[in-house]
Amino acid sequence: METGSVVVEDVSKRFRLYRDKHRSIKERVLHPGRLDFHELWALSGVNFTVHPGSTVGILGHNGSGKSTLLKTICGVLQPTSGEVRVRGKLAGLLELGAGFEPELSGRDNIYLNGTMLGLKRHEIDAVFDEIVAFSELEQFIDTQVKFYSSGMYIRLGFAVAVNVDPEILVIDEVLAVGDERFQRKCMDRIKKFQADGRTIIFVSQSPEQVRAICDEVVVLHHGEMIFHGEPSEGIRLFRERLNETDGGPVGAAVDGSASTEVLATQSLRIAQVRAGAPGSGGAVATHGGAEVVISVETDSAVEDLIASIELVSPMGVTLARFSSHDLGQGFSIATGATSIVFTIDAVPFLDGRHQINVGLSTPGEGGPFVWLEQAAVLEMTYSGKAEGLVDLAATVRLN
Amino acid sequence: MAANPPAEQVPTTTPEGEGHGVRIVAAGVPLGRRFSDLVANRELLGALIRSEIKVKYKNSALGVAWTMVAPAIQLAIYGVVFGIVFKNGIPDYLIYIASGLLVWSFFSTSLLAGTGVIVGRAGIVKKVSFPREILAIATVGSQSIYLFLQWSVLALFMVVLGHVPDWTAMPLIIAGFATVLLWATALSILFSAINVYFRDTQHLMEIFVQIWFWMTPIVYSFHAQVHERVVGTANEWLSWIYLCNPITPVVLAFQRAIYGDVTVTNTTSHLPYQVLPSWPLANFYELLGAVFVIGLLLLGFAIRVFSRLEGNFAEEL
Repeated sequence: METGSVVVEDVSKRFRLYRDKHRSIKERVLHPGRLDFHELWALSGVNFTVHPGSTVGILGHNGSGKSTLLKTICGVLQPTSGEVRVRGKLAGLLELGAGFEPELSGRDNIYLNGTMLGLKRHEIDAVFDEIVAFSELEQFIDTQVKFYSSGMYIRLGFAVAVNVDPEILVIDEVLAVGDERFQRKCMDRIKKFQADGRTIIFVSQSPEQVRAICDEVVVLHHGEMIFHGEPSEGIRLFRERLNETDGGPVGAAVDGSASTEVLATQSLRIAQVRAGAPGSGGAVATHGGAEVVISVETDSAVEDLIASIELVSPMGVTLARFSSHDLGQGFSIATGATSIVFTIDAVPFLDGRHQINVGLSTPGEGGPFVWLEQAAVLEMTYSGKAEGLVDLAATVRLN
Repeated sequence: MAANPPAEQVPTTTPEGEGHGVRIVAAGVPLGRRFSDLVANRELLGALIRSEIKVKYKNSALGVAWTMVAPAIQLAIYGVVFGIVFKNGIPDYLIYIASGLLVWSFFSTSLLAGTGVIVGRAGIVKKVSFPREILAIATVGSQSIYLFLQWSVLALFMVVLGHVPDWTAMPLIIAGFATVLLWATALSILFSAINVYFRDTQHLMEIFVQIWFWMTPIVYSFHAQVHERVVGTANEWLSWIYLCNPITPVVLAFQRAIYGDVTVTNTTSHLPYQVLPSWPLANFYELLGAVFVIGLLLLGFAIRVFSRLEGNFAEEL
């Protein structure tokens, strides 16, 4: 095993969930064998290897076993069966400021926490100033940490963890806290870690963060590893599983008659909306083409019909809204069923399930108006490293 | 599973050689490995002891001096009750009690604090990885620091009162302290883990320690009040029960060394009065040695139980 590698071998973890956690000897004596619990396999047979210098993201919805896996890697939990082998110094950030003693000063806590992460006293002396500088707590370093704000706690915790010079850094969703500037500082530090060829295991609920820094991802679903490999595919799978319970599958056809958003028409209906790659209707890769097909039914002919679509990002940001009118098209449709097809040549959006809202109207007031929210989902996949909402396919050069 | 190489195959000798070995997280880590983990974490032990002492007296005016107050009050009470009210006739009675009481209160406080330590520090146990026995060991460690402070005050008192210890028996203190330290550590580790699963352990321990105190010849004399009364009678086994209490040989050793006088003049009847057993010193060492060996076995057992129970700490807390 090379330094900086982690081998997770057939790891399973069983939890016993008791109805009443506070069992006493009295209860055990009075009701032997009547322990009320059910078993839960938080992890079952997870196998993967993290190679030195790689950055691995662990994705999974709530309750998928991410945190259990991370705690097992850090050695806080022991697996029920299987084993984790770690070679190299591992610093785990399961919760920022976890080993802190509130009554002690920041200075004392740096020493205490540093020792817990495996440093010798003189080694902490050597990096002490750097820790203080990184945490930006120079003024408060001799204050008891119970008086720290949560932001200060986090800064000190992260500063200690990254400065103990670990070969493997394990981070659990901690970057979600702290102000934006410090978050950026942490991300920069993580990227420097990568550049130094250290191993990082990173858990996040945010696929964007994972995509931005990880070389590979592990996707957990109900305690089982369903994917280990390239990030964009893993993120797609993760999103698919995340949406399994709510929302339909990709490119779902939505029955317009179920719409409650119909405001003023009896004669005009949206029967079905489909979105996706032209032809197949499946997921669209960034900069690939997409199609939105609206099937319209009407009881009487409509003159000058305007069809509108709106694309909303997974986070709820409206990315685009346009209508057939804007595109210089006016349709007159006859009684019966008609399909209106919007074609987008190159969709610049990053990955995620983008919501599509659809509307039908005619110019002027008093005409029919139909608006359907969440009419379909446009699933995007992305394998680049851009952050934000869109990939602009930019280039850069020296002039 | 079958395709995977067995765990033992992992070499600890790699090109890097020195530095870090492979850490294995699995259910049931062998005892030897746990001991070596403990040794590897001795710096953490020091840091935890320091932080515990600092935290305890951080916001108090008297600071560490408080460690003297509780035993001093206890000494005063027993001194008044048994020395003055009931007149048990032991001269320099305060020194007699102190020689046993200080080491006893080290043992009992370690045991009580140690039992609650894993539950009490759940925050760390759930989030940070290190051999958790260290928390129990650190509790015993900080208590031993207090014990040393209390002993230095006792030494001062002995100088003031002009009471001379038995210098030839002084090594007994080292043997006695090693023994009681071992037992306190082993029992703290054992009960700290059990307490996670049965929170009653903490309360039972408080009662148990009370009974244990009176079962140990601290405020009374083993020889005069126990041994002489039962020797030669049908109840002679009672004396053996006393010696089965692992703390009795420890307390006797401390009394033998610090109090020193085996036979004194009774302060009330003015007759010769044998307070301590008249055994040769070698017998004390033999007794302590036996208790020490049992303590070692107990420590191994405690760490074994601890490692079995440790796996589920994070979910039980």
